Amino acid sequence: MEIFVQQLINGLTLGSIYGLIAIGYTMVFGIIGMVNFAHGDVFMLSAFIALLFFIILTTWLGVSSVALALFIVLIIAMVLTSLWGWAIERVAYRPLRGSFRLAPLISAIGVSIFLSNFVQVAQGARNKPTPPMIRDVIVLFQGESGYNVAISYKQIIIMAVTAVLLSVFWYIVQKTSLGRAQRACEQDRKMAALLGINVDRTISLTFVIGASLAAVAGTMYLLYYGVVSFADGFVPGVKAFTAAVLGGIGSLPGAVLGGLIIGLIETFWSAYFSIEYKDVAAFSILAIVLIFMPSGILGRPEVEKV
Amino acid sequence: MNAPSITTSAQTQDVTKTFDLNAALKDAFKSALITFGLSIPILSFKTVQNGADLFLESRFWLSFTVTAIVFGLRLLIHAFTASRAYRQATPSPKQATELVHAQPSAFQHVSKFAIPFFLGVAVAFPVLIYFIQGGLNESRYWIDLGILILTYVMLGWGLNIVVGLAGLLDLGYVAFYAVGAYSYALLSTTFGLSFWICLPLAGILAAFWGMILGFPVLRLRGDYLAIVTLAFGEIIRLVLINWVDLTNGAAGISSIPRATFFGIPFTAGEGGFAETFGLEFNGMHRIIFLYYLILVLALVTNFVTMRLRKLPVGRAWEALREDEIACRSLGINTTNTKLTAFAIGAMFGGFAGSFFAVRQGFVSPESFNFLESAIILAIVVMGGMGSQIGVAIAAIVLVGGPEVLRNLTFLKAVFGEGFDPNEYRLLLFGLGMVAMMVWRPRGLISEREPSVILKERKAISGSLVKEGHG
Repeated sequence: MEIFVQQLINGLTLGSIYGLIAIGYTMVFGIIGMVNFAHGDVFMLSAFIALLFFIILTTWLGVSSVALALFIVLIIAMVLTSLWGWAIERVAYRPLRGSFRLAPLISAIGVSIFLSNFVQVAQGARNKPTPPMIRDVIVLFQGESGYNVAISYKQIIIMAVTAVLLSVFWYIVQKTSLGRAQRACEQDRKMAALLGINVDRTISLTFVIGASLAAVAGTMYLLYYGVVSFADGFVPGVKAFTAAVLGGIGSLPGAVLGGLIIGLIETFWSAYFSIEYKDVAAFSILAIVLIFMPSGILGRPEVEKV
Repeated sequence: MNAPSITTSAQTQDVTKTFDLNAALKDAFKSALITFGLSIPILSFKTVQNGADLFLESRFWLSFTVTAIVFGLRLLIHAFTASRAYRQATPSPKQATELVHAQPSAFQHVSKFAIPFFLGVAVAFPVLIYFIQGGLNESRYWIDLGILILTYVMLGWGLNIVVGLAGLLDLGYVAFYAVGAYSYALLSTTFGLSFWICLPLAGILAAFWGMILGFPVLRLRGDYLAIVTLAFGEIIRLVLINWVDLTNGAAGISSIPRATFFGIPFTAGEGGFAETFGLEFNGMHRIIFLYYLILVLALVTNFVTMRLRKLPVGRAWEALREDEIACRSLGINTTNTKLTAFAIGAMFGGFAGSFFAVRQGFVSPESFNFLESAIILAIVVMGGMGSQIGVAIAAIVLVGGPEVLRNLTFLKAVFGEGFDPNEYRLLLFGLGMVAMMVWRPRGLISEREPSVILKERKAISGSLVKEGHG
């Protein structure tokens, strides 16, 4: 029972991170119908940006309050990663609109390879550990076997930041004119353009939002695990994509729901079955969902247009 | 979505007759500024590990250099597009108006001589190297490089069946390479079977796996198909790592039996290859034999593909690539068509894998990661999907290119002694894939040889070939 509750907390934390990344996949797929394969590597890049600026703030500028440093790092990482997201869309995807169907995917694979190797060449191939930023935990209750069920401040921060940012972006997509333009482009890009929506700008902003949420996920990932390497983009990226598909691609709440489910499955699988096969489990879920349930839990079924 | 993309890049540029220096400078400045913003965190600071702590060292010069390069490049692109726009604004009277009935292109003229030329060079390669390097042992490096390139040519041709002909984007092709390699490794180490028995078995097993993995993805297309095949490829790799009893896990399988000359081993002693043929023993005999082995395997792949293209199944593949719905309404069994494409593509992957195992004498799961799939895919994409000679050229450029760069001494003089182009190989791969999609989405050789000809040969411009929904 204690282990179950502990794994539930861990799974929800991990799931929040996956959910944040999954939103980037789901929004981009919704609006231009492509799998942004490079999104996982954008997430990895943002973790590196967060790491570098955390060191700059704490050692060079002497910011002693970890909370303040984290807040500034989060903002900087969001801004710089958004710039990357915007630039990638501008250089690698925009010229391909109207090209054949697989071109954007191949281009995205190219961007993904480029980003991970760029970080490897610039920062070295070794894992980058940071000293634990926040250590404190709150003991929730003690089981009869002496096993403490605890939730750490890190986990609380991760879940709280995720919840706050999700509601902010939910508000943007549902209530603002940008969100309306986005949903219009999603339904019919040509018609939206005819009605005076700047489609290119809307798509760019979608990438910017996706990248900034990936930056939040990257910062949280760094905070949670305290270590990042250039190869860390691929597997979390695939898992987040699985989450997006599981929740129903194109649906924002679906992405978060899918993220939480994938996070929970991964932690429970590691705890009760085998830790070696946890990635196999994630990849299998991806294949099974895509084959048998391609519209996901909350998604609309795809209508085949001839 | 499928509008002909004849001049996607040109249409987006404004056609200005004169080169507007101010605007160009402004634009170049803007892109330089963005590049600076992009490079600030990752390039300007480097983490240095000292004990348990990380320290930073700054190197702003790197950011400034990259920014300056982007500024210069952007200006050059502007100058280039301006001059091209000028040329297009004044069309020459000879310019062909109809793309479909264009004359046989320069490529077709060249290919008539180029293909026998390439083939001749490939066959005579060990002899040429022998005379250039002046000895068997000195030519070892070049023959090894030739073997490596030919392995990728073969893999590219195998994947070309799935991606180029049938239009099914397969991101997990390396799985079949792995199946082939492990089949040979396990069959030969546990049952002591020889390479020549294992080779067809490995092909059959890989084809079998191609069918097994092909079945569930029959309904999928496009991006989803690509992602599921990627998942399958990763699952196979993870199983190879974790199923320690069978595969010895991440440590891999070593001491795999070497190839024999149809039963005669390449050993120094009694009954060895050298003694049987009255030659002086040299380890290079085996390497040269391996070179010709992979050359034959690759040519068989090519030959079979070329013949299959003319058979009903090959025609069905190409029809499937162009339009799946039309294909189905014309009564083509898309299930069988897709499965044969997967199976035959996988079979050649399996052959290549078993060759890989016999050459290395060692296999481990790390040789079969996603990056390998991406490299093979990059070869197919850059070669122009569906073009056999294009795939061969792309393999030579992508695999041989970095090796050649490594040997250029003046690069070391420019970038410093520790410069290793191999570090930048994948970086350039990634950039190359993007650049290829942006500028030449049809690959290096974008023209398709028509598979059915009425009366006379006509070149079909790649831009008019609609790429399918596969």
